[in-house]
Amino acid sequence: MTNDPAEPLLSVRDLKVHFPVRSGVFLRQTGVVHAVDGVSLDIGHGETLGLVGESGCGKSTLGKGIVRLEKPTSGSVRFRGFDIAPLHGSLLRDMRREMQMVFQDPADSLNARHSVRAIIEEPYIVHKLGTAKQRRMWVDEALEKVGLGSSAGERFAFEFSGGQRQRIGIARAIALKPKLIICDEPVSALDVSVQSQVINLLLDLQQDMGLSYLFIAHDLAVVKHVSDRVAVMYLGKIVELAGADAIYQNPRHAYTKALLAAIPEPDPAQRRPRALLEGDVPSPINPPAGSAFGHRIGHPRYQESIGMDLSLREISPGHFVAADPCCLTEEDFNLVRAGG
Amino acid sequence: MSEPPLLEVAGLVTSFETEQGLLRAVDGVSFSVAKGQTLGIVGESGCGKSVTAMSIIQLLPQPAGKILGGQVLFHGQNLLGLGDSAMRRIRGAKIGVVFQEPMTALNPVHRIGRQLSETFRLHSKMSKREAWDASIEMLRLVRIPSPEERISDYPHQLSGGMRQRVVIAIALACRPDLLIADEPTTALDVTVQAQILDLMKRLQAEMGMGIILITHDLGVIAESCDEVVVMYAGRVVERAPVRELFAQPRHAYTRGLLASIPRLDAPRKSRLATIPGRVAGLDEVVSGCRFCQRMGRTPSTGKNRPPFLEIAPGHWVEACPLCYDE
Repeated sequence: MTNDPAEPLLSVRDLKVHFPVRSGVFLRQTGVVHAVDGVSLDIGHGETLGLVGESGCGKSTLGKGIVRLEKPTSGSVRFRGFDIAPLHGSLLRDMRREMQMVFQDPADSLNARHSVRAIIEEPYIVHKLGTAKQRRMWVDEALEKVGLGSSAGERFAFEFSGGQRQRIGIARAIALKPKLIICDEPVSALDVSVQSQVINLLLDLQQDMGLSYLFIAHDLAVVKHVSDRVAVMYLGKIVELAGADAIYQNPRHAYTKALLAAIPEPDPAQRRPRALLEGDVPSPINPPAGSAFGHRIGHPRYQESIGMDLSLREISPGHFVAADPCCLTEEDFNLVRAGG
Repeated sequence: MSEPPLLEVAGLVTSFETEQGLLRAVDGVSFSVAKGQTLGIVGESGCGKSVTAMSIIQLLPQPAGKILGGQVLFHGQNLLGLGDSAMRRIRGAKIGVVFQEPMTALNPVHRIGRQLSETFRLHSKMSKREAWDASIEMLRLVRIPSPEERISDYPHQLSGGMRQRVVIAIALACRPDLLIADEPTTALDVTVQAQILDLMKRLQAEMGMGIILITHDLGVIAESCDEVVVMYAGRVVERAPVRELFAQPRHAYTRGLLASIPRLDAPRKSRLATIPGRVAGLDEVVSGCRFCQRMGRTPSTGKNRPPFLEIAPGHWVEACPLCYDE
C-alpha cells in the first residue's frame, strides 16, 4: 500500500452492485436490482464526502459495497492505491482495519449480550492485537475519546440512551484507528439535541485522528454541515457531485434542485410554498432506459436521452453533473456537451 | 367568549403503571385548538407528546395507561367522562388519527378499498356500493393517481408516501372536525414529506378541520403550524404563536432545541450548539424544574413546580427563574 498524499485515500470507479430477483417455485432469476449502477467517486485524506438521495436510491448499498459488506458486481475500489475489490479472506480482514462503518441504529448493531467493553474489544481480538492488558487500556482510551468514560465499559449497551449507544458504535469504529469511516445515517435516529452532540463528536474525531468520512444521510442540512464535498445519488447513479457550498448555492441538476427545494424552511417568518416533486423513486429493478429523473417528471426530452451518454461531466472546476438533457438547463447542457 | 374552542385540554395528567410504580408520562398539560388551526406539539422522544395524543382519543395501552386528571373538552364536552362506545363513535368520525408508520396502521391482508369503505360503513348508513364510490372519491382527494385501480391494491403494493396518503384518506373519510397526526412524515423522504404536508394543508383549507401535528422536526413545525407547544419530560415548557416562538424563544429548552438544528446558512464544520446531558427517564424526574435537572443544577424553585405564566398575549412559559429568560 502506498501513502502517496497526491493519491486520494479512496477511489471508486464504475462500481456496480446488482442483486438477482428470484421468484417462482424454482427461484429462477426473473430480474436484476441495479442498486448501485456505475458509481465513481474519490475521497481525500481527512475529507468528508456527503452522500444524499431518497430512500431506495442505493446510497447504503454503495457504502456497503465499498467496505465489502456487499460484494460488488463489477468496478474497482482502490484504497490507498490498492485495488481491494478482488480481496477476500485475511487480506480483506487486514484492509478492514483501516475502513470501518457506523450504522443508523446503534441498538441493532450492538450485541445486547455483550458488555460495552467486549463490544469495543472485539475488533482487537479479531485482528489479534495486543495483550489483554493493552486491550483494556485501548478500550478505555476509545471510551474516553467518545466522551463516555471508561466506567461505561462494564455496562450493557441497552442500558444507554440512543445518543450514548451511537457513541459506543463510534468507539468501536475508531478502535483500530481506521483511515476511513462509512457513516450510514449515523444521526437520523437521534433527537435533535443529541444529534448535534454526535455531529460535534464526529467533527472532533476527524480533527484529532485525520479521519475521512463517507457521510450517508437523507437530511440535507446535516450533510451540508459536515461535508467538504457532496454527491447526490438517484436510482443507483451519482447525478451531481461538487463542493458542499457549490451544490447548495448553485445546484445544476434538476433532481438536486428538487431535493433542496423540499427542505422545510426553519424560519416561519420566511414561509414559502415548497416546490413539490411529484411521484416516488422508481424501481431499480427495471430502471428507465434513458434519464431516470427525466422519466419520473415526464420530461419531453426523455426519448432523446435514451442511448445517450449520461455520465458525469465537469461543468465548472470540481463541479460534476450528469450530461442529461432532461435535468439541465439548455445552457448548462450545451456547456457540458461542449466541454465533455 | 362566544364559542368554545374546538378542543381544549386542561391539566391533563396521564400515568403508566410499571414495575417502578406509577409514572407520570403527561404531567399537567394544557392547550387548545381552534377550528381550521394547526397546533404543533414538539419535543424529544419520551417527552409525552404521543401519550398526550393517545389520551385525547383514549387509546392508551391497557391496562397500564391511566388518565388521572384534567379535562379534554371537545366541542365543550368532556371526552374523559365518556364510555367506550360513545368514544368509538367520536374516533374516526369526529376525530381522525394518522400515525407515523402507515404500514402498521393498515391491515396488510385487506385491499385498501375494503379498509377505506369500512370507515364509511361504520360511521354512516352507506350501502356497500356507495361506500366504495365514496372511497374512490377520497383517494382522488388525497391525490392518488388512478384511484379506480389503486383501490384494489394491497398496502404492500403502494410506496410509503402513497400508503400515508391512504391513511390520511381513512382518517379524513368522515370529514372529522379534528385531525391528530403523530409524526405523519417522519418515516418519509423529504420530497414525499413536502407532498404530504402540502396535502394536509390543502385538505384543511377545504374541510376546515383543526389539526394537532406532533413531531420532533422543528422544520415541519415552522412550515405548517399556527401555534406551538414545546414539551419537555411530560410538561409544557413553552407555548406560543409559531412566529413568536421562533423569533423570541424564552425558555432555555426551546432555545437549546432551536440552536441545535444545523442550518443551511451556518458555516460548515462549525460546532453545533448542544443541550448537555439527556432527557431524564420518567422514573428519575423531579417534581421541580425538570430542565434544571437536565442541566445538572439545583432548581431555584426547589421541589415546587415553576409557575406557568402568560408573558405576552398567547405566549406562555414555565417560568423557572434559571430557565426562563426575561
